[in-house]
Amino acid sequence: MRFLRSYAKSLLLWELLLGMRLTLRHFFSPKVTIRYPEEKTPKSPRYRGMLVLRRYPSGEERCIACKLCEAVCPALAITIDSEMREDGTRRTTRYDIDAFKCIYCGFCEEACPVDAIVASRFTEFHFEERGQQIMTKDVMLAMGDKLEPQIAADRAIENQYR
Amino acid sequence: MTEFFTAQWEALPSWMQTVLVSTLQIGILLLVLILAVAYYTYAERRVIGAMQGRMGPNRVGPWGLLQPFADVIKLLLKEIIFPTNANRFLFIIAPILSIAPAFAAWAVIPFEDGMVIADINAGLLYLLALTSLSVYGVILAGWASNSKYALLGAMRSAAQIVSYEIAMGFALVGVLMAAGSLNLNDIVLRQEGSIMHWFWLPLFPLFIVYLVSGVAETNRAPFDVPEGESEIVAGFHVEYSGTGFAVFFLAEYANMILISALTALFFFGGYLGPFQGVPGLEDTFLGEDSILWFGLKTAFFMFCFLWFRATFPRYRYDQIMRLGWKVFIPVTIVWIVVLGGLILGEVGPWFSGEW
Repeated sequence: MRFLRSYAKSLLLWELLLGMRLTLRHFFSPKVTIRYPEEKTPKSPRYRGMLVLRRYPSGEERCIACKLCEAVCPALAITIDSEMREDGTRRTTRYDIDAFKCIYCGFCEEACPVDAIVASRFTEFHFEERGQQIMTKDVMLAMGDKLEPQIAADRAIENQYR
Repeated sequence: MTEFFTAQWEALPSWMQTVLVSTLQIGILLLVLILAVAYYTYAERRVIGAMQGRMGPNRVGPWGLLQPFADVIKLLLKEIIFPTNANRFLFIIAPILSIAPAFAAWAVIPFEDGMVIADINAGLLYLLALTSLSVYGVILAGWASNSKYALLGAMRSAAQIVSYEIAMGFALVGVLMAAGSLNLNDIVLRQEGSIMHWFWLPLFPLFIVYLVSGVAETNRAPFDVPEGESEIVAGFHVEYSGTGFAVFFLAEYANMILISALTALFFFGGYLGPFQGVPGLEDTFLGEDSILWFGLKTAFFMFCFLWFRATFPRYRYDQIMRLGWKVFIPVTIVWIVVLGGLILGEVGPWFSGEW
């Protein structure tokens, strides 16, 4: 009896029809695709994108050239040179991050005592020529100025958990 | 002005008039067919995308409607590479051999009552002959490429098409018995009456066999082992690039449209309206026979091809052979015997009356 039933089932293509019903249901289901440049997925405040340098509201750069980030960087992507400025504070003369070496681990951000180097949400950057991947201090400060409102908002949320 | 042209026209010998009219008809048909093929590839990507929860191409033009043209231009501009030691003549002629029958078969398809390029009495025979021809293109492509993968694909394809040709032929013998004619227009007219008069009901097993064999004939999923990319790269057309590849692609899709159209003609009344014999609707435009019904029925089976591809995993090769030889051929033979009984007993509404 069971043999007959399975025989009839396979002859009537029963299982195949079930499969086709499933795909037809999916045919009318809402699509999960995100149309990228117009739509974007939400990002966490903890997102680690492009590294940028921040300033104090007064316009003074935060970085004090303590070189903790350079020391902690597992990919050796950071290079720092420093000097004593006329007002007697220690500042960087050079702050380079090699974007090809950087693994976006965020250790530099964790190590920084003054929140100078931070990982922003910004990811849509590219390089067109060799050498551009070395992001200099000027570039990162400029990006930091541009992204400051977003960065400050993200830090404010994150500070609740620190 | 008009008189001038009419005079010119009538001055032509009659054989030239026939040639000109036929050429024009063929030109229009080819244009429509190629456009249909182009948008069929687009529809395939959209439909399969939708069934997988994606959107498919939607970037080129509004809703991605220009995507087929982008693909065609890309393929036509690409370089054609001849493999070392390939047989050049056969290598070039193979894609042509596979596309020519796919288009030529449309000559006998009636789009509406009397709207057919060649209204020949042996239409069904002509179709059987031409659809069998397409396997030559595949075999020659595989052999001329001088590549082991292409040869394997061609051999698989040959074995598969030959096996399913038999079941397909037997299914058509059923149609022939039921209609009593080889002329496609007569086959459609024999189904006149209502949905219940169409041949899908008395020939239901043959309809299923025909549709599945059609999928196998056109090397489509789940019977697409000839191009099984997980084993033999792309099968018989591995070595083809650019235009040659485009022509094989065109032929495959033209064949799919052809099989869909034939299924609609043989089993679903072709251009006959489905509301014939329904009181109330019969006299409105819905009850009329028109090319629109034919297009709609064909489109449904074309959708089925995509639906199958999105649903079923690929058959194993020995299972394909088992299905063809040990299931389909016995089923068709048994049903032809049953059909003989039905015709002898004049079982209505199909085989009674003045038939």
